[in-house]
Formats: sequence, structure tokens, C-alpha cells
Amino acid sequence: MLTAKLAFRNLMGAGIRTWLNVFVLSLAFLVIIWFQGLIQGMNEYAMQATIDYEAGGGQFWHRDFDPYDPLTFEDSHAALSPALTEATARGEATSILVTSGAVFPEGRVQPAVLRGIDPGQQILKLPTEYLRSEDEESIPAMIGTQMARRTKLRVGDEVTIRWRDVHGTFDADDIRIVQIMSVPAPGADAGQIWLPLERLRLMLQAPGQASYVVLGGDVQAPPDGDDTWVLRDTDYLLKEITELVRMKSSSSNILYGLLLFMALLAIFDTQVLAIWRRRKEIGTFMALGMERARVVALFTFEGAMHGLLALVAGAVYGIPILAWTYAKGLPMPALQGDFGIAMPQALYPVYGLRLVAGTTLLVLIAVTIVSFLPASKIARLKPTDALRGKTR
Amino acid sequence: MNNGAVITTEDLVKHYPVGRGAFTALDDVTLTVERGEFLGLVGPSGSGKTTLLNIIGALDSPSGGSAVVLGRDIATLSHGQAARLRNEHLGFIFQTYNLLPVYTVYENVEFPLLLVGMETGERKRAVLEALEWVGLTDKIDSRPAQLSGGESQRVAVARAMVKKPEIVLADEPTANLDADNSHNILRMMVRLNEQLKTTFVFATHDQKVIRYLRRKITLNDGRVIEDVTVRPQYDDGEVSDADR
Repeated sequence: MLTAKLAFRNLMGAGIRTWLNVFVLSLAFLVIIWFQGLIQGMNEYAMQATIDYEAGGGQFWHRDFDPYDPLTFEDSHAALSPALTEATARGEATSILVTSGAVFPEGRVQPAVLRGIDPGQQILKLPTEYLRSEDEESIPAMIGTQMARRTKLRVGDEVTIRWRDVHGTFDADDIRIVQIMSVPAPGADAGQIWLPLERLRLMLQAPGQASYVVLGGDVQAPPDGDDTWVLRDTDYLLKEITELVRMKSSSSNILYGLLLFMALLAIFDTQVLAIWRRRKEIGTFMALGMERARVVALFTFEGAMHGLLALVAGAVYGIPILAWTYAKGLPMPALQGDFGIAMPQALYPVYGLRLVAGTTLLVLIAVTIVSFLPASKIARLKPTDALRGKTR
Repeated sequence: MNNGAVITTEDLVKHYPVGRGAFTALDDVTLTVERGEFLGLVGPSGSGKTTLLNIIGALDSPSGGSAVVLGRDIATLSHGQAARLRNEHLGFIFQTYNLLPVYTVYENVEFPLLLVGMETGERKRAVLEALEWVGLTDKIDSRPAQLSGGESQRVAVARAMVKKPEIVLADEPTANLDADNSHNILRMMVRLNEQLKTTFVFATHDQKVIRYLRRKITLNDGRVIEDVTVRPQYDDGEVSDADR
């Protein structure tokens, strides 16, 4: 208690020096939480957006379907199993037919993946209702903003697409862009052209067929597949993004460590400087009868109190800032689509209990340790050397 | 008058390593100090005054011989025991005052009592009493940087005396003070010595201090060359021109 009281008295007496350290530490503490919250928010958003716009609550794939190999698309579709047909009819699933093709904007060929989807589906958050068109002359089509940028297509534009039907025969027709959608999931945007399912089935001469079936998020027990249809659960479907998130988290952890290191360096520097500057004071403490262990405790406490004060200061000015960023988000249109994972127009940080409590604890422990190190050096100082201002 | 020995040294030796050899700071120092004495270790710089004072104050340990302070053999004390001896029984006054810069006058004087663990009310009374001895009750909220040299040394005296130690060790206490302040401080110490029967041991070569001593132990090259009882040569009046 006495040690804490003296440490507090020393800190308060040191005035501006204490408050500068506290400010630097609290700033680092806040930036760590804010940045980690941002990364956390980005990861959670990416996961949720992938579920909402691509993965749904799991999928049944045609056994030969490989989304990374467009050459397999022609042969990897089939009629649904009875269970999947029933699930689709109940609105618990939606079929998607996929084939590879090409689009000819401004007369130049660009590869594209043609995806047929039911315009009335409610499983994915894609605005498929735009694909309901009375116009029989051209095929209604929907693309994402990235695809629109790449092909320079706008709503109302007509453009030719080419594909091969189930017999391997090339065919071509004009599509009309009815909607350019802002899709946060790159997999539903880049290189993708969305068409009405029945029209694509007609184009491929594959009536009633699908490449994969997306299940709704609230489907508790997936229907039985058969030999043709293989269940891919969300863990499988999100494996890639989970890996990407882990990689991004690793790099953010480096920044986390760097920020913490800088803050601790400030404390360590202060404490080491204290040995040099306050050695006479330390000698006086010893001459007045303070035991070595208490000197170590005093300096360690002083350092740890920097951490505590930084937490208090950080809470005072940081909570409003963190709350504001939590509510308003961080606008980041320039980054959209360039991250390789789903990115919103405004990034909303997520400050979890684990992040806040973990960072708080880590800062306090680390500050105490870096304060103890120079303090333990003090303990080895002879009182006469300290009084003379020597450091060894 | 024999009030009982509070300090006894016998064949006390202190060596400091210098390069491959050793420098002898104290060489066979034998002396006895009785309770209530007002004595000085005098001699030129490097004669061993401060070294002897440090050993008596349990800030340093002897290389040979013995130093017994208040019944405790300094050579055998652990760090903790030495700290307790200083804390409970000794007071220190330094040439450069060594006040704690971030503490107020009150807090500086209070500090040794905090270490002793004195109860709050008693502590406050003791601090105010000590500040009254040195005439600084109007400066309790000042910080050391706001004090003059004389005031700072008076705070240091109050800090040394506040726990009413049995021995006060003062290392060149007037070296940084002018004549007026030196005499004020010394007169105050004489008064406290007489009132509280505290033993004062000075390490000094300042003639102003020497005139107040009742016993003078002269050291040269680490040896005691003279140990005499003297009659103090000060008066309670104005400072003489010679001291100015």
C-alpha cells in the first residue's frame, strides 16, 4: 500500500513527464484496439458477405463441379435429386447452373462465367428480381460493379455472349444489362454474368439441370443427396476465406506487436532514464532506510501505474472515438474489390470483449515487465554509489 | 560523562579496488562515540571522513576490523537489516540536501515516517513539530525547487530529525551554504542535540562547523591522527566578519 502510495505520489509529482508517457501509451493502446477492431470487423464482414452472397447455408455440388476449373463446367450439371427438388420447391434451396463463355464488349472478347439463377430466389442476397423480364428479344443479365468496370458495360447496354451447349456446339446471343449490382463478395462479381436460370437451361439445352444447389441459412438438416450430389458445408465453402482472414490477421498481429513495442519502448526508456536521472534520489531512498525490494517495487509500480493511467486516459477520450467509429464506420470505397475478400463501402470495427480485455491485460503485464527490468538493476546499486550519482 | 557508546570501531579498514591494486581509505581506525556527543570527523579531502561516515551509517561495509553501531556489527548486517537500522535509528544530512524533488516540504519530512510505518495522526504531529524546530511551518506546501539553499538544508535537518533518531550523520552539511545560513543551521543542530540528546557526527573541513564541535577527530590518509575534546567557539549573537 505504501509502495503504491509513493509510486502514485512520484508519478503525480513528475507532472508533464508522466502525462506525456501516459498519453503515448494510451494512444498506442487505443490504436491497437481500433485497428484490431477494424480487422475483426473486416473479417466478420467478409465471412458474412460470403455467406450472404455466395455460400448460403451450404451447397450441394454436382460431383464433377469444380468452381476453379471452367473446363469442367460443361459436364458438371445434372437434374436435381428428388430431395433437392423438394427443398427447392419449398424455397429452402435454389439451383444455380454454371457454364463458361465469353462476352464481347466493344467487339473485344473477354472470358466470362455465365450463371443461371432463379429470379425469384430468396436464398442469396443477390438482387435477382431484376432478371424477371418480359422482353423476349434479348436476355436480361446482371453483373457486378467490378465486372462492369472491366467490360465498360452500363445498364441498358446490349452485348453479345457466346457459350457451348451440352452437345459442345458454340452458340451466341445478345444480352441486355438490366442491373449493375454492388456485391461485396468478389466471387459473385469478378468475371460473372448472372442470367435467368430457365433461359440458361434453354441456352445449354439442359432442362431442369443445375451445377450446384445453394441451401438457405436456416435449413437445419440438409436434404439427402445421392451419388451425383455432394454436400459442401459452410466450413468447406469458407475454407478459402478463413485462410485469407488468418493470413490477414497474422500481418495485423505484426502491426499489433509493433505498436505495443513502441509504447513499451517509451515506458522502458522512461524507466531506464529514471535510473540515470534519479540515481541520487534512489540513493536517498536507500539512505533513509528503504529496502532494496521496496525500491524495485516502487519503480515497477510507477511503470505499472503508467499503464493503469493510460487505460483510464484511453477510456476517457478513447471510448467516444471508438463508439463513433463503431457507429459511423470507416468509409473505404477505394479499397473495395482490391482486397481479395468481401469489403463493404464503410468498414465497421468490431470491439469484442476478448480484444479489449486481452489488449488491456497484455498492455498492463507488458508495462509491468518492462518497468521491472530497469528497476531490478536499481536493486543492485550500492547506496554510496547511488548517492554519488554512479550507476554501477 | 559516559552516556554509553553508540558507535565503536576497532581497527577499522576500508579498501577500494583501484585497477589491479587497492586504495586504502581507512586504516586501523579505532574510536568510540558516546550517546549525545556533537563531534566532527575533520580533515582534508580524501582523508576518509565520508567513508567512515558511510560505514557508521551502514551505507557501506568495512574491509576489515569492526564497526558496531547501536550494538549492531555493520559487517554482518544483511541489506535488509542495514536498511532497518538506517530507517529506525539513523538520520542523514547531505551536502547537497538530497531532497526528493517531486515531494513538497511536508512530504519530504514525512517520508522517513512513512517507511517506519507511523500512524497518520502521530505522523502529522511529528512532521509539524520537526518543521517547527527548523522554522519552516510556512513552507509546508513548497517544493524543493522553490526553496533557498538554507531552507533546503533546514528541510533536510527536519527530515533527519523527524523520527528522533539516536544518531544523525551529517556529511559537509554547510558546504553549499553561506555564513548566515551555516550558523543558523548549526545553532539549530546544537539546540536539537541538547534538547533531544541526539548524537551528531559531522564529516567536515569547514571551519564554521568545526567551531561548534565538542569533539574533533582529525583524519589524514585514512588514519586518526588526533582525537580531542574541544570547547565550542561560537556565540549566539551575530555571525563574525571572519565567517562571512
